[in-house]
Amino acid sequence: MKLIILDNYSQASEWAAKYIRNRIIQFNPGPDKYFTLGLPTGLPRDHPESYHSFMWNNFFKHIDIHPENTHILDGNAADLQAECDVFEEKIKAAGGIELFVGGIGPDGHIAFNEPGSSLVSRTRVKTLAMDTILANARFFDGDLAKVPTMALTVGVGTVMDAREVMILITGAHKAFALYKAIEEGVNHMWTVSAFQQHPRTVFVCDEDATLELKVKTVKYFKGLMLVHNKLVDPLYSIKEKEIEKSQSSKKPYSD
Amino acid sequence: MRGGQVAARAPVIQFTNCRILRGGTLLREDLWVRGGRILDPEKLFFEERRVADEQRDCGGCILAPGFIDVQINGGFGVDFSQASEDVGSGVALVARRILSHGVTSFCPTLVTSPLEVYHKVLPQIPVKSGGPHGAGVLGVHLEGPFISWEKRGAHPEAHLRSFEADAFQDVLATYGGLDNVRIVTLAPELGHSHEVIRELTALGICVSLGHSVADLGTAEEAVQSGATFITHLFNAMLPFHHRDPGIVGLLTSDRLPAGRRIFYGMIADGIHTNPAALRIAHRAHPKGLVLVTDAVPALGLGDGRHTLGQQEVEVDGLTAYVAGCSVESALEAASLHPAQLLGLEKCKGTLDFGADADFVVLDDSLHVRATYISGELVWQAEEARL
Repeated sequence: MKLIILDNYSQASEWAAKYIRNRIIQFNPGPDKYFTLGLPTGLPRDHPESYHSFMWNNFFKHIDIHPENTHILDGNAADLQAECDVFEEKIKAAGGIELFVGGIGPDGHIAFNEPGSSLVSRTRVKTLAMDTILANARFFDGDLAKVPTMALTVGVGTVMDAREVMILITGAHKAFALYKAIEEGVNHMWTVSAFQQHPRTVFVCDEDATLELKVKTVKYFKGLMLVHNKLVDPLYSIKEKEIEKSQSSKKPYSD
Repeated sequence: MRGGQVAARAPVIQFTNCRILRGGTLLREDLWVRGGRILDPEKLFFEERRVADEQRDCGGCILAPGFIDVQINGGFGVDFSQASEDVGSGVALVARRILSHGVTSFCPTLVTSPLEVYHKVLPQIPVKSGGPHGAGVLGVHLEGPFISWEKRGAHPEAHLRSFEADAFQDVLATYGGLDNVRIVTLAPELGHSHEVIRELTALGICVSLGHSVADLGTAEEAVQSGATFITHLFNAMLPFHHRDPGIVGLLTSDRLPAGRRIFYGMIADGIHTNPAALRIAHRAHPKGLVLVTDAVPALGLGDGRHTLGQQEVEVDGLTAYVAGCSVESALEAASLHPAQLLGLEKCKGTLDFGADADFVVLDDSLHVRATYISGELVWQAEEARL
């Protein structure tokens, strides 16, 4: 695992963005070579705060991705389980997820894999924990009755199949979950802990999220920042990559 | 004309690198257009799984809804109040020339005129959609002849009228019919005005108060009968007085029908109204401000003598500017508010999804760089790179 500690939310976001950018460019994607980016999904479609709206406003509308290359779990599908199974098939057809980017809940969940979710689970329908419903209430005018109680989600196993996983954790309220995820054992009550058994994981967090970690852990990883920062500096660009193609490519640093 | 099936096959144009006026603020967003209407790109992306057919870089400019001028008496040598055999050509010329000023829809205005003029001219100015040929005609604004003698301004005394006993019939006889009429300005203190206001309102015609010596009480009653607009606030009406604010008091009156908003036209050239007065009105009732030109035939021509209806007018230089409010407020006063006044806000005066794609490209000093009607480029400045 690489634990990247930045000062605050903005810096953590920027570091993560640069890392993803470099990863995509180094992968050298093309018309026959797709970079498959995985992101956690959830809410039903109709709602203004739906994941479709969220993804459109925060991601898709800012880039030139073709709609056919986007796949979002449809919470309004007639047969939800079939929808989930098809999603798994689509991931296989795309050659597997190259990089999965997700966050962590205060209860340590990844995507909607609430405490108690199987660590080998696949994409499925999941009942949401009360904590999650309360946290989501802010998107529904604070009316608990309106908050969906079920969600479609990728499973822990689905994410474990990705070639690389990046988890973003910021804020003091996530500190305990981060502690449980990396300093305690693998446990289905804190599903993010499953990634201790993944060969390539990057945790990006801010100072506040490290509040429950041992001082020793934090110092160790902060000491590695000089090396870790080489992953985002130099920042590659597509144009320069064209020029570099002829030269022998350097392998990115890995632990 | 703009049926759903046809529209779905039309090309999708994405205007990028721009700030658009939406929801009262300038947002850094792209504007998507298809089939002459503003398109919701999210629906296009998720439901139709399509991308834009064409992208146009707007060079960081502002995209605002096309301006709507509800009071314009002519321009470029054309006088709408002149009874000519070919009024249509005059309207068409003005419609084309105002595109360069960012106006995409307008109400040709007739000042107080003799009956013959109304009977001859009105049928020649039909409602018409805009396009490459010119701005759209929303209907005629009849300013007079049922106005106050004391406040006639530049209107000819000989042709002023008051309502006869059968007031509404008198109105019909005067104008020769109300087809093509969109707004009527009258003085509410004239006898029988209330039945006229009610009848006109019932026909969907916007009634405006102006060229009047009405006090606030009379004005409020007129609004209760259906009036929704004030013609060039402050001009041709009693000045604001703290014990009887007159028509100006409508801006803050609490005796208006519930849910009704009063709109008021202002000529923001710095001459008709002192900028400080403009600011007072704007601060008192920002959502009612409608910018109008009240342009005369001399618009666009040099100094000298020109006609305005039955009168002659000296012109000595032209100035125009918008004073004292945010860019967004000013843009809304020129587009959204006139659309709301005329009940057209679903399709005009906004860049909301589904609205007609009538918009202007402006630089940061609000100079018009390009004008679009129904998504089609209808005018472009020489140096624009679009």
